[in-house]
Amino acid sequence: MSKLDKSDVEKIAFLARLGINDQDIPEYATNLSNILDLVEQLDSVDTDNVKPMSHPLDSVQRLRVDEVTEVNDRDNLMSHSPEVEDDLFLVPRVVE
Amino acid sequence: MHNKTIAELTTGLNAGDFSSVELTQHYIDRINSLDKQLNSFITLTPDLALQQARYADEQRAAGNASLLNGIPLAQKDIFCTKDVKTSCGSKMLDPFISPYNATTIEKFNQSGAVMLGKTNMDEFAMGSSNETSWYGPVKNPWSLDSVPGGSSGGSAAVVAAQFAAAATGTDTGGSIRQPASFCGITGLKPTYGRVSRYGMIAFASSLDQAGPMTRTAEDAAIMLNVMAGFDPRDSTSVDEAVPDYTSDLNNSMEGLKIGLPKEYFAEGLDDSVAKIIEAAVKEYEKMGAVVKEISLPNSKLSVPTYYIIAPSECSSNLSRMDGVRFGHRCKDPKDLNDLYIRSRGEGFGPEVKRRILIGTYALSEGFYDAYYVKAQKTRRLISDDFNQAFQDVDVIMGPAAPSTAFNLGEFSDDPITMYLSDIYTIAVNLAGLPGMSIPAGFVNNMPVGLQLIGKHFSEAKLLNVAHQFQQQTDWHKKVPELFV
Repeated sequence: MSKLDKSDVEKIAFLARLGINDQDIPEYATNLSNILDLVEQLDSVDTDNVKPMSHPLDSVQRLRVDEVTEVNDRDNLMSHSPEVEDDLFLVPRVVE
Repeated sequence: MHNKTIAELTTGLNAGDFSSVELTQHYIDRINSLDKQLNSFITLTPDLALQQARYADEQRAAGNASLLNGIPLAQKDIFCTKDVKTSCGSKMLDPFISPYNATTIEKFNQSGAVMLGKTNMDEFAMGSSNETSWYGPVKNPWSLDSVPGGSSGGSAAVVAAQFAAAATGTDTGGSIRQPASFCGITGLKPTYGRVSRYGMIAFASSLDQAGPMTRTAEDAAIMLNVMAGFDPRDSTSVDEAVPDYTSDLNNSMEGLKIGLPKEYFAEGLDDSVAKIIEAAVKEYEKMGAVVKEISLPNSKLSVPTYYIIAPSECSSNLSRMDGVRFGHRCKDPKDLNDLYIRSRGEGFGPEVKRRILIGTYALSEGFYDAYYVKAQKTRRLISDDFNQAFQDVDVIMGPAAPSTAFNLGEFSDDPITMYLSDIYTIAVNLAGLPGMSIPAGFVNNMPVGLQLIGKHFSEAKLLNVAHQFQQQTDWHKKVPELFV
Protein backbone atom coordinates (compact mmCIF):
# COMPACT_ATOMS: atom_id res chain seq x y z
CA MET A 1 0.00 0.00 0.00
CA SER A 2 1.47 3.29 -1.06
CA LYS A 3 0.68 6.22 1.17
CA LEU A 4 2.34 8.82 -0.98
CA ASP A 5 1.98 9.17 -4.75
CA LYS A 6 3.94 11.06 -7.36
CA SER A 7 2.21 14.38 -6.76
CA ASP A 8 2.76 14.14 -2.98
CA VAL A 9 6.48 13.60 -3.52
CA GLU A 10 6.63 16.54 -5.93
CA LYS A 11 4.83 18.75 -3.43
CA ILE A 12 7.12 17.76 -0.52
CA ALA A 13 10.22 18.14 -2.70
CA PHE A 14 9.14 21.67 -3.59
CA LEU A 15 8.54 22.52 0.09
CA ALA A 16 12.12 21.35 0.75
CA ARG A 17 13.40 23.14 -2.40
CA LEU A 18 14.96 19.83 -3.33
CA GLY A 19 15.49 18.84 -6.96
CA ILE A 20 14.57 15.23 -7.77
CA ASN A 21 14.81 13.64 -11.20
CA ASP A 22 11.43 12.64 -12.66
CA GLN A 23 12.50 9.05 -13.20
CA ASP A 24 13.45 8.72 -9.50
CA ILE A 25 10.08 9.90 -8.14
CA PRO A 26 8.33 6.48 -8.10
CA GLU A 27 11.20 5.00 -6.06
CA TYR A 28 11.08 7.88 -3.57
CA ALA A 29 7.28 7.45 -3.31
CA THR A 30 7.79 3.76 -2.45
CA ASN A 31 10.66 4.41 0.01
CA LEU A 32 8.78 7.18 1.78
CA SER A 33 5.58 5.14 1.97
CA ASN A 34 7.54 2.25 3.50
CA ILE A 35 9.03 4.56 6.10
CA LEU A 36 5.55 5.89 6.94
CA ASP A 37 4.32 2.29 7.27
CA LEU A 38 7.13 1.64 9.74
CA VAL A 39 6.20 4.76 11.68
CA GLU A 40 2.53 3.76 11.78
CA GLN A 41 3.29 1.46 14.74
CA LEU A 42 3.33 4.58 16.89
CA ASP A 43 -0.39 5.21 16.27
CA SER A 44 -1.41 2.29 18.46
CA VAL A 45 0.48 3.64 21.50
CA ASP A 46 -1.56 5.59 24.04
CA THR A 47 0.31 8.85 24.64
CA ASP A 48 -2.59 11.02 25.83
CA ASN A 49 -0.97 11.95 29.13
CA VAL A 50 2.64 11.95 27.98
CA LYS A 51 4.54 15.21 27.76
CA PRO A 52 6.52 15.58 24.49
CA MET A 53 10.28 15.21 25.05
CA SER A 54 12.25 17.79 23.10
CA HIS A 55 15.53 17.53 25.01
CA PRO A 56 16.92 14.25 26.36
CA LEU A 57 17.84 15.83 29.71
CA ASP A 58 14.71 18.00 29.79
CA SER A 59 16.93 21.06 30.05
CA VAL A 60 15.55 24.46 29.20
CA GLN A 61 17.18 26.69 26.62
CA ARG A 62 20.10 28.53 28.13
CA LEU A 63 20.21 32.23 27.30
CA ARG A 64 23.24 34.51 27.22
CA VAL A 65 23.66 38.21 27.74
CA ASP A 66 22.84 40.07 24.54
CA GLU A 67 26.25 41.47 23.76
CA VAL A 68 28.72 41.11 20.90
CA THR A 69 31.20 38.32 21.65
CA GLU A 70 32.43 37.25 18.21
CA VAL A 71 34.96 39.22 16.23
CA ASN A 72 33.85 40.58 12.86
CA ASP A 73 35.17 38.01 10.40
CA ARG A 74 33.17 39.23 7.42
CA ASP A 75 35.77 38.95 4.66
CA ASN A 76 36.80 35.45 5.65
CA LEU A 77 33.21 34.23 5.97
CA MET A 78 32.12 35.76 2.67
CA SER A 79 35.07 34.29 0.83
CA HIS A 80 33.38 30.86 1.06
CA SER A 81 30.39 31.92 -1.02
CA PRO A 82 30.14 30.75 -4.64
CA GLU A 83 29.36 34.33 -5.75
CA VAL A 84 29.98 37.64 -3.97
CA GLU A 85 30.09 41.23 -5.17
CA ASP A 86 30.73 44.42 -3.16
CA ASP A 87 30.36 42.59 0.17
CA LEU A 88 27.01 41.09 -0.89
CA PHE A 89 25.99 37.49 -1.62
CA LEU A 90 24.77 37.31 -5.21
CA VAL A 91 21.57 35.47 -6.18
CA PRO A 92 19.44 35.66 -9.33
CA ARG A 93 17.23 38.76 -9.61
CA VAL A 94 14.22 38.43 -7.29
CA VAL A 95 12.36 41.69 -7.97
CA GLU A 96 11.89 42.70 -11.61
CA MET B 1 54.88 1.97 16.64
CA HIS B 2 51.40 1.73 15.10
CA ASN B 3 50.36 -1.18 17.32
CA LYS B 4 50.64 0.90 20.49
CA THR B 5 47.84 2.54 22.44
CA ILE B 6 47.77 6.26 23.25
CA ALA B 7 48.94 5.42 26.76
CA GLU B 8 51.88 3.38 25.41
CA LEU B 9 52.79 5.97 22.78
CA THR B 10 52.88 8.69 25.44
CA THR B 11 55.28 6.55 27.48
CA GLY B 12 57.47 6.06 24.39
CA LEU B 13 57.46 9.78 23.57
CA ASN B 14 58.31 10.69 27.15
CA ALA B 15 61.16 8.16 27.23
CA GLY B 16 62.54 9.52 23.95
CA ASP B 17 62.15 6.13 22.19
CA PHE B 18 60.77 8.06 19.20
CA SER B 19 59.71 11.63 18.44
CA SER B 20 56.25 12.77 17.40
CA VAL B 21 57.69 13.67 13.98
CA GLU B 22 58.93 10.07 13.55
CA LEU B 23 55.65 8.67 14.77
CA THR B 24 53.60 10.97 12.54
CA GLN B 25 55.74 10.18 9.49
CA HIS B 26 55.31 6.47 10.23
CA TYR B 27 51.51 6.80 10.19
CA ILE B 28 51.59 8.95 7.03
CA ASP B 29 53.69 6.31 5.23
CA ARG B 30 51.41 3.55 6.46
CA ILE B 31 48.29 5.37 5.24
CA ASN B 32 49.89 6.15 1.88
CA SER B 33 50.79 2.53 1.28
CA LEU B 34 47.68 0.81 2.70
CA ASP B 35 44.62 3.07 2.60
CA LYS B 36 43.96 2.44 -1.11
CA GLN B 37 42.38 -0.80 0.06
CA LEU B 38 40.02 0.88 2.54
CA ASN B 39 39.27 4.46 1.38
CA SER B 40 39.05 5.48 5.02
CA PHE B 41 40.18 9.10 4.57
CA ILE B 42 38.55 11.91 2.58
CA THR B 43 41.38 14.39 3.18
CA LEU B 44 44.94 13.81 4.35
CA THR B 45 46.80 16.66 6.02
CA PRO B 46 50.44 15.47 6.13
CA ASP B 47 52.00 18.96 6.08
CA LEU B 48 49.81 20.19 8.92
CA ALA B 49 50.44 16.94 10.82
CA LEU B 50 54.22 17.24 10.59
CA GLN B 51 54.07 20.90 11.59
CA GLN B 52 51.96 19.98 14.64
CA ALA B 53 54.34 17.10 15.41
CA ARG B 54 57.39 19.40 15.30
CA TYR B 55 55.65 21.82 17.64
CA ALA B 56 54.70 18.95 19.96
CA ASP B 57 58.30 17.75 20.08
CA GLU B 58 59.45 21.28 20.96
CA GLN B 59 56.84 21.54 23.69
CA ARG B 60 57.87 18.18 25.13
CA ALA B 61 61.55 19.16 25.10
CA ALA B 62 60.61 22.37 26.92
CA GLY B 63 58.72 20.38 29.55
CA ASN B 64 55.30 21.62 28.40
CA ALA B 65 53.76 18.40 27.12
CA SER B 66 50.00 18.38 27.57
CA LEU B 67 47.70 15.36 27.63
CA LEU B 68 47.80 14.22 23.99
CA ASN B 69 51.08 15.89 23.11
CA GLY B 70 52.39 14.52 19.82
CA ILE B 71 49.72 11.81 19.45
CA PRO B 72 48.53 11.37 15.82
CA LEU B 73 44.74 11.24 15.51
CA ALA B 74 42.18 11.13 12.71
CA GLN B 75 39.14 13.42 12.82
CA LYS B 76 35.76 12.54 11.36
CA ASP B 77 35.04 14.87 8.45
CA ILE B 78 31.98 16.21 10.26
CA PHE B 79 34.12 18.48 12.48
CA CYS B 80 34.94 21.90 11.07
CA THR B 81 38.71 22.30 10.72
CA LYS B 82 40.04 25.76 9.95
CA ASP B 83 41.56 26.10 6.46
CA VAL B 84 41.01 22.37 5.80
CA LYS B 85 38.24 20.91 3.63
CA THR B 86 35.25 19.85 5.73
CA SER B 87 32.94 17.87 3.44
CA CYS B 88 30.73 15.83 5.78
CA GLY B 89 30.92 13.12 3.11
CA SER B 90 28.83 15.23 0.73
CA LYS B 91 29.24 16.74 -2.72
CA MET B 92 27.35 19.70 -1.24
CA LEU B 93 30.31 20.60 0.97
CA ASP B 94 33.08 19.33 -1.32
CA PRO B 95 34.14 22.95 -2.00
CA PHE B 96 33.88 23.94 1.69
CA ILE B 97 37.10 24.98 3.43
CA SER B 98 36.05 25.71 6.99
CA PRO B 99 36.76 29.24 8.24
CA TYR B 100 36.88 28.09 11.89
CA ASN B 101 37.58 25.13 14.16
CA ALA B 102 34.97 23.05 15.96
CA THR B 103 35.39 23.24 19.75
CA THR B 104 36.48 19.57 19.75
CA ILE B 105 39.22 20.31 17.20
CA GLU B 106 40.28 23.37 19.22
CA LYS B 107 40.56 21.21 22.34
CA PHE B 108 42.66 18.58 20.57
CA ASN B 109 44.93 21.33 19.26
CA GLN B 110 45.35 22.72 22.77
CA SER B 111 46.15 19.25 24.08
CA GLY B 112 49.02 18.96 21.60
CA ALA B 113 47.43 16.29 19.37
CA VAL B 114 48.42 15.87 15.73
CA MET B 115 45.74 15.66 12.99
CA LEU B 116 46.61 13.17 10.23
CA GLY B 117 43.47 13.86 8.22
CA LYS B 118 39.68 13.78 7.95
CA THR B 119 37.92 10.43 7.83
CA ASN B 120 35.32 9.16 5.41
CA MET B 121 31.72 8.91 6.60
CA ASP B 122 28.16 8.46 5.42
CA GLU B 123 26.87 11.65 3.80
CA PHE B 124 25.92 14.09 6.58
CA ALA B 125 26.23 11.09 8.95
CA MET B 126 23.09 9.50 7.47
CA GLY B 127 23.74 5.81 7.00
CA SER B 128 24.79 2.62 8.76
CA SER B 129 27.32 1.29 6.24
CA ASN B 130 29.43 4.22 5.00
CA GLU B 131 28.01 3.53 1.53
CA THR B 132 26.20 6.88 1.27
CA SER B 133 29.48 8.86 1.21
CA TRP B 134 29.97 10.90 -1.95
CA TYR B 135 33.62 9.83 -1.76
CA GLY B 136 32.78 6.15 -2.10
CA PRO B 137 32.35 3.41 0.49
CA VAL B 138 34.92 2.44 3.12
CA LYS B 139 35.90 -1.23 3.33
CA ASN B 140 36.05 -3.18 6.55
CA PRO B 141 39.69 -3.98 7.48
CA TRP B 142 38.61 -7.47 8.62
CA SER B 143 37.06 -8.31 5.25
CA LEU B 144 37.31 -6.06 2.22
CA ASP B 145 33.90 -7.31 0.99
CA SER B 146 32.17 -6.04 4.13
CA VAL B 147 31.03 -2.62 5.27
CA PRO B 148 32.78 -0.98 8.24
CA GLY B 149 29.43 0.24 9.58
CA GLY B 150 28.38 3.84 9.72
CA SER B 151 28.21 6.64 9.86
CA SER B 152 31.69 6.85 11.47
CA GLY B 153 32.92 4.03 9.21
CA GLY B 154 36.13 5.78 8.16
CA SER B 155 37.14 6.45 11.76
CA ALA B 156 36.40 2.85 12.80
CA ALA B 157 38.42 1.47 9.86
CA VAL B 158 41.31 3.84 10.63
CA VAL B 159 41.57 2.62 14.22
CA ALA B 160 41.15 -1.08 13.30
CA ALA B 161 43.76 -0.81 10.51
CA GLN B 162 46.10 1.13 12.83
CA PHE B 163 46.31 4.21 10.62
CA ALA B 164 46.12 6.51 13.68
CA ALA B 165 46.41 6.12 17.43
CA ALA B 166 42.70 6.94 17.77
CA ALA B 167 39.91 8.80 16.00
CA THR B 168 36.78 10.79 16.69
CA GLY B 169 33.27 9.83 15.74
CA THR B 170 29.77 11.16 16.16
CA ASP B 171 26.71 9.18 17.11
CA THR B 172 23.10 10.17 16.35
CA GLY B 173 21.56 6.68 16.29
CA GLY B 174 24.55 4.37 16.72
CA SER B 175 27.16 5.90 14.42
CA ILE B 176 30.03 5.36 16.87
CA ARG B 177 28.92 2.08 18.48
CA GLN B 178 27.79 0.11 15.40
CA PRO B 179 30.99 0.73 13.37
CA ALA B 180 33.05 0.09 16.54
CA SER B 181 31.28 -3.27 16.78
CA PHE B 182 31.76 -4.08 13.07
CA CYS B 183 35.48 -3.16 13.13
CA GLY B 184 36.40 -4.62 16.54
CA ILE B 185 37.37 -1.40 18.33
CA THR B 186 36.26 0.54 21.41
CA GLY B 187 33.72 3.32 20.82
CA LEU B 188 32.06 5.64 23.33
CA LYS B 189 29.02 7.83 22.80
CA PRO B 190 28.88 10.16 25.80
CA THR B 191 25.78 11.59 27.47
CA TYR B 192 23.94 14.12 25.30
CA GLY B 193 25.50 17.54 25.95
CA ARG B 194 28.74 16.16 27.46
CA VAL B 195 30.87 17.04 24.39
CA SER B 196 30.35 20.32 22.55
CA ARG B 197 28.48 20.23 19.24
CA TYR B 198 29.90 23.61 18.17
CA GLY B 199 31.40 23.25 14.71
CA MET B 200 30.19 19.66 14.40
CA ILE B 201 27.92 19.73 11.36
CA ALA B 202 24.42 19.13 12.70
CA PHE B 203 22.31 16.15 11.64
CA ALA B 204 19.67 15.77 14.39
CA SER B 205 20.42 18.35 17.05
CA SER B 206 18.59 16.67 19.93
CA LEU B 207 20.46 13.38 19.35
CA ASP B 208 23.95 14.20 18.01
CA GLN B 209 26.92 13.57 20.26
CA ALA B 210 30.67 13.24 19.58
CA GLY B 211 32.93 10.67 21.18
CA PRO B 212 36.21 8.77 20.97
CA MET B 213 36.96 5.66 18.86
CA THR B 214 40.01 3.89 20.21
CA ARG B 215 41.84 0.60 20.72
CA THR B 216 41.16 0.44 24.46
CA ALA B 217 38.84 1.80 27.13
CA GLU B 218 41.83 3.48 28.77
CA ASP B 219 42.49 5.41 25.55
CA ALA B 220 38.81 6.36 25.33
CA ALA B 221 39.09 7.78 28.86
CA ILE B 222 42.17 9.81 27.90
CA MET B 223 40.40 11.13 24.77
CA LEU B 224 37.23 11.97 26.69
CA ASN B 225 39.30 13.91 29.23
CA VAL B 226 40.16 16.24 26.34
CA MET B 227 36.77 16.27 24.58
CA ALA B 228 34.29 16.64 27.47
CA GLY B 229 33.20 19.89 29.03
CA PHE B 230 30.83 22.81 28.97
CA ASP B 231 30.96 25.08 25.93
CA PRO B 232 29.13 28.42 25.98
CA ARG B 233 29.08 28.25 22.16
CA ASP B 234 26.77 25.20 22.21
CA SER B 235 23.40 26.09 23.72
CA THR B 236 22.69 22.44 24.59
CA SER B 237 26.09 21.77 26.15
CA VAL B 238 25.69 20.77 29.80
CA ASP B 239 27.40 22.71 32.56
CA GLU B 240 28.40 19.73 34.67
CA ALA B 241 31.80 19.04 36.27
CA VAL B 242 34.17 16.84 34.22
CA PRO B 243 35.84 14.12 36.30
CA ASP B 244 39.20 12.55 35.39
CA TYR B 245 37.85 9.63 33.37
CA THR B 246 40.99 7.56 33.97
CA SER B 247 40.69 7.64 37.77
CA ASP B 248 37.97 4.96 38.15
CA LEU B 249 39.31 2.51 35.55
CA ASN B 250 40.63 0.04 38.11
CA ASN B 251 37.55 -0.12 40.34
CA SER B 252 36.39 -3.66 41.09
CA MET B 253 33.42 -5.32 39.36
CA GLU B 254 32.47 -7.00 42.64
CA GLY B 255 28.74 -6.45 43.18
CA LEU B 256 28.22 -4.55 39.90
CA LYS B 257 24.56 -4.94 38.93
CA ILE B 258 24.16 -5.72 35.23
CA GLY B 259 20.77 -5.59 33.52
CA LEU B 260 20.10 -7.66 30.40
CA PRO B 261 17.04 -6.34 28.55
CA LYS B 262 15.07 -9.35 27.33
CA GLU B 263 13.98 -7.33 24.27
CA TYR B 264 17.65 -7.14 23.15
CA PHE B 265 17.96 -10.93 23.02
CA ALA B 266 14.72 -11.60 21.17
CA GLU B 267 13.91 -12.31 17.53
CA GLY B 268 16.19 -10.59 15.04
CA LEU B 269 19.44 -11.20 16.92
CA ASP B 270 21.89 -13.50 15.17
CA ASP B 271 22.36 -16.67 17.30
CA SER B 272 26.13 -16.66 17.06
CA VAL B 273 26.25 -13.00 18.16
CA ALA B 274 23.94 -13.82 21.08
CA LYS B 275 26.35 -16.58 22.23
CA ILE B 276 29.27 -14.17 22.27
CA ILE B 277 27.35 -11.57 24.25
CA GLU B 278 26.28 -14.23 26.76
CA ALA B 279 29.90 -15.38 27.12
CA ALA B 280 31.00 -11.77 27.72
CA VAL B 281 28.39 -11.37 30.46
CA LYS B 282 29.68 -14.61 32.06
CA GLU B 283 33.12 -13.01 32.14
CA TYR B 284 31.65 -10.23 34.29
CA GLU B 285 29.99 -12.79 36.57
CA LYS B 286 33.43 -14.33 37.10
CA MET B 287 34.62 -10.89 38.19
CA GLY B 288 31.86 -10.74 40.80
CA ALA B 289 29.11 -8.89 38.94
CA VAL B 290 25.46 -9.79 39.46
CA VAL B 291 23.23 -10.27 36.41
CA LYS B 292 19.53 -9.63 36.24
CA GLU B 293 17.00 -9.77 33.42
CA ILE B 294 15.22 -6.47 32.87
CA SER B 295 12.61 -5.19 30.44
CA LEU B 296 12.58 -2.14 28.20
CA PRO B 297 9.01 -2.66 26.99
CA ASN B 298 8.95 0.23 24.55
CA SER B 299 12.14 -0.83 22.72
CA LYS B 300 10.19 -1.70 19.60
CA LEU B 301 9.13 1.94 19.28
CA SER B 302 12.73 3.15 19.01
CA VAL B 303 13.23 2.77 15.27
CA PRO B 304 9.88 4.36 14.24
CA THR B 305 10.33 7.17 16.78
CA TYR B 306 13.85 7.83 15.54
CA TYR B 307 12.75 7.87 11.89
CA ILE B 308 10.45 10.80 12.62
CA ILE B 309 12.66 12.79 14.99
CA ALA B 310 15.99 12.46 13.16
CA PRO B 311 14.67 13.27 9.64
CA SER B 312 12.58 16.17 10.98
CA GLU B 313 15.59 17.74 12.66
CA CYS B 314 17.80 17.00 9.64
CA SER B 315 15.36 18.63 7.20
CA SER B 316 15.53 21.76 9.33
CA ASN B 317 19.33 21.68 9.84
CA LEU B 318 20.12 21.01 6.19
CA SER B 319 18.03 23.95 5.00
CA ARG B 320 21.18 26.05 5.54
CA MET B 321 22.72 24.31 2.52
CA ASP B 322 21.13 26.67 0.02
CA GLY B 323 23.90 27.33 -2.51
CA VAL B 324 24.14 30.99 -1.49
CA ARG B 325 26.67 31.41 1.31
CA PHE B 326 28.88 28.31 1.02
CA GLY B 327 28.99 24.89 -0.59
CA HIS B 328 27.82 23.66 -3.98
CA ARG B 329 25.92 25.97 -6.33
CA CYS B 330 24.29 24.89 -9.61
CA LYS B 331 25.35 26.47 -12.92
CA ASP B 332 23.33 29.39 -14.37
CA PRO B 333 20.30 29.46 -12.06
CA LYS B 334 17.37 31.14 -13.79
CA ASP B 335 15.70 32.37 -10.60
CA LEU B 336 16.03 32.00 -6.84
CA ASN B 337 13.92 28.82 -6.56
CA ASP B 338 15.87 27.27 -9.40
CA LEU B 339 19.09 28.10 -7.54
CA TYR B 340 17.86 26.41 -4.34
CA ILE B 341 16.25 23.42 -6.03
CA ARG B 342 19.06 22.54 -8.39
CA SER B 343 21.92 23.30 -5.98
CA ARG B 344 20.32 21.02 -3.37
CA GLY B 345 19.22 18.45 -5.94
CA GLU B 346 22.78 18.17 -7.28
CA GLY B 347 24.54 18.47 -3.92
CA PHE B 348 22.68 15.83 -1.89
CA GLY B 349 22.68 12.05 -2.44
CA PRO B 350 19.64 9.73 -2.31
CA GLU B 351 19.70 8.83 1.41
CA VAL B 352 19.97 12.47 2.48
CA LYS B 353 17.13 13.35 0.09
CA ARG B 354 14.93 10.60 1.52
CA ARG B 355 15.44 11.93 5.03
CA ILE B 356 14.89 15.56 4.06
CA LEU B 357 11.64 14.54 2.33
CA ILE B 358 10.38 12.49 5.29
CA GLY B 359 11.28 15.27 7.71
CA THR B 360 9.70 17.97 5.57
CA TYR B 361 6.52 15.88 5.35
CA ALA B 362 6.44 15.17 9.10
CA LEU B 363 6.86 18.86 9.92
CA SER B 364 4.46 20.17 7.28
CA GLU B 365 1.20 21.89 8.08
CA GLY B 366 -1.46 19.45 9.28
CA PHE B 367 0.99 16.60 10.01
CA TYR B 368 3.20 18.08 12.72
CA ASP B 369 1.15 16.83 15.68
CA ALA B 370 0.49 13.41 14.18
CA TYR B 371 4.17 12.75 13.49
CA TYR B 372 6.69 14.97 15.27
CA VAL B 373 4.80 15.60 18.52
CA LYS B 374 3.67 11.97 18.61
CA ALA B 375 7.28 10.83 18.24
CA GLN B 376 8.41 13.20 21.00
CA LYS B 377 5.85 11.51 23.26
CA THR B 378 6.94 7.97 22.42
CA ARG B 379 10.50 9.20 22.91
CA ARG B 380 9.62 9.95 26.53
CA LEU B 381 8.17 6.45 26.99
CA ILE B 382 11.44 4.96 25.71
CA SER B 383 13.45 7.20 28.04
CA ASP B 384 11.21 6.36 31.03
CA ASP B 385 11.92 2.65 30.46
CA PHE B 386 15.62 3.30 31.04
CA ASN B 387 14.98 5.43 34.14
CA GLN B 388 12.92 2.58 35.53
CA ALA B 389 15.58 -0.02 34.70
CA PHE B 390 18.36 2.04 36.30
CA GLN B 391 16.50 1.93 39.63
CA ASP B 392 17.72 -1.67 39.88
CA VAL B 393 20.92 -1.95 37.86
CA ASP B 394 24.19 -0.03 37.38
CA VAL B 395 24.77 -0.83 33.75
CA ILE B 396 22.77 -2.39 30.93
CA MET B 397 24.46 -4.82 28.54
CA GLY B 398 23.52 -6.32 25.21
CA PRO B 399 24.63 -6.54 21.61
CA ALA B 400 25.64 -3.34 19.78
CA ALA B 401 24.26 -4.70 16.50
CA PRO B 402 22.11 -7.70 15.55
CA SER B 403 24.84 -9.24 13.35
CA THR B 404 28.46 -8.85 12.33
CA ALA B 405 29.32 -6.50 9.44
CA PHE B 406 27.15 -7.13 6.40
CA ASN B 407 28.42 -7.20 2.81
CA LEU B 408 28.94 -4.10 0.72
CA GLY B 409 25.80 -3.55 -1.33
CA GLU B 410 23.76 -6.04 0.69
CA PHE B 411 21.15 -3.52 1.88
CA SER B 412 21.85 -0.48 -0.27
CA ASP B 413 18.50 -0.88 -2.11
CA ASP B 414 16.60 -1.57 1.08
CA PRO B 415 16.74 1.44 3.43
CA ILE B 416 14.27 0.01 5.98
CA THR B 417 16.28 -3.17 6.60
CA MET B 418 19.37 -1.00 6.97
CA TYR B 419 17.52 1.17 9.52
CA LEU B 420 16.70 -1.93 11.56
CA SER B 421 20.42 -2.71 11.97
CA ASP B 422 20.50 0.19 14.47
CA ILE B 423 17.77 -1.31 16.64
CA TYR B 424 19.95 -1.70 19.78
CA THR B 425 21.68 1.65 19.60
CA ILE B 426 18.95 4.15 18.70
CA ALA B 427 17.09 4.10 22.03
CA VAL B 428 20.25 5.25 23.81
CA ASN B 429 20.33 8.44 21.72
CA LEU B 430 16.62 9.06 22.20
CA ALA B 431 17.17 8.86 25.98
CA GLY B 432 20.42 10.89 25.82
CA LEU B 433 22.36 8.17 27.70
CA PRO B 434 26.04 7.26 27.37
CA GLY B 435 26.78 4.00 25.54
CA MET B 436 29.84 2.03 24.47
CA SER B 437 30.73 -0.84 22.21
CA ILE B 438 33.76 -2.96 23.11
CA PRO B 439 35.24 -5.98 21.30
CA ALA B 440 33.76 -9.20 22.73
CA GLY B 441 34.65 -11.93 20.24
CA PHE B 442 34.42 -13.06 16.65
CA VAL B 443 31.99 -14.88 14.37
CA ASN B 444 33.63 -16.26 11.21
CA ASN B 445 36.60 -13.97 11.79
CA MET B 446 34.37 -10.86 12.00
CA PRO B 447 34.26 -8.82 15.24
CA VAL B 448 31.29 -8.61 17.59
CA GLY B 449 30.74 -5.67 19.95
CA LEU B 450 29.29 -5.79 23.46
CA GLN B 451 27.19 -2.70 24.16
CA LEU B 452 27.31 -1.05 27.60
CA ILE B 453 24.66 1.52 28.52
CA GLY B 454 24.87 3.71 31.61
CA LYS B 455 22.96 6.39 33.46
CA HIS B 456 23.32 10.01 32.38
CA PHE B 457 26.89 11.26 33.04
CA SER B 458 28.13 7.81 34.10
CA GLU B 459 30.92 7.71 31.49
CA ALA B 460 33.53 7.04 34.19
CA LYS B 461 31.57 3.95 35.29
CA LEU B 462 31.17 2.68 31.71
CA LEU B 463 34.89 3.16 31.05
CA ASN B 464 35.69 1.31 34.27
CA VAL B 465 33.40 -1.58 33.28
CA ALA B 466 34.92 -1.69 29.78
CA HIS B 467 38.49 -1.49 31.07
CA GLN B 468 37.98 -4.37 33.51
CA PHE B 469 36.73 -6.57 30.65
CA GLN B 470 39.83 -5.65 28.67
CA GLN B 471 42.03 -6.72 31.61
CA GLN B 472 40.47 -10.21 31.43
CA THR B 473 40.18 -10.65 27.64
CA ASP B 474 42.32 -9.86 24.62
CA TRP B 475 39.65 -9.38 21.91
CA HIS B 476 40.57 -5.69 21.74
CA LYS B 477 44.17 -6.63 20.91
CA LYS B 478 43.28 -8.59 17.77
CA VAL B 479 44.40 -6.98 14.54
CA PRO B 480 43.14 -7.70 11.00
CA GLU B 481 45.63 -9.80 9.04
CA LEU B 482 46.01 -7.30 6.19
CA PHE B 483 46.93 -4.50 8.59
CA VAL B 484 49.31 -5.98 11.18
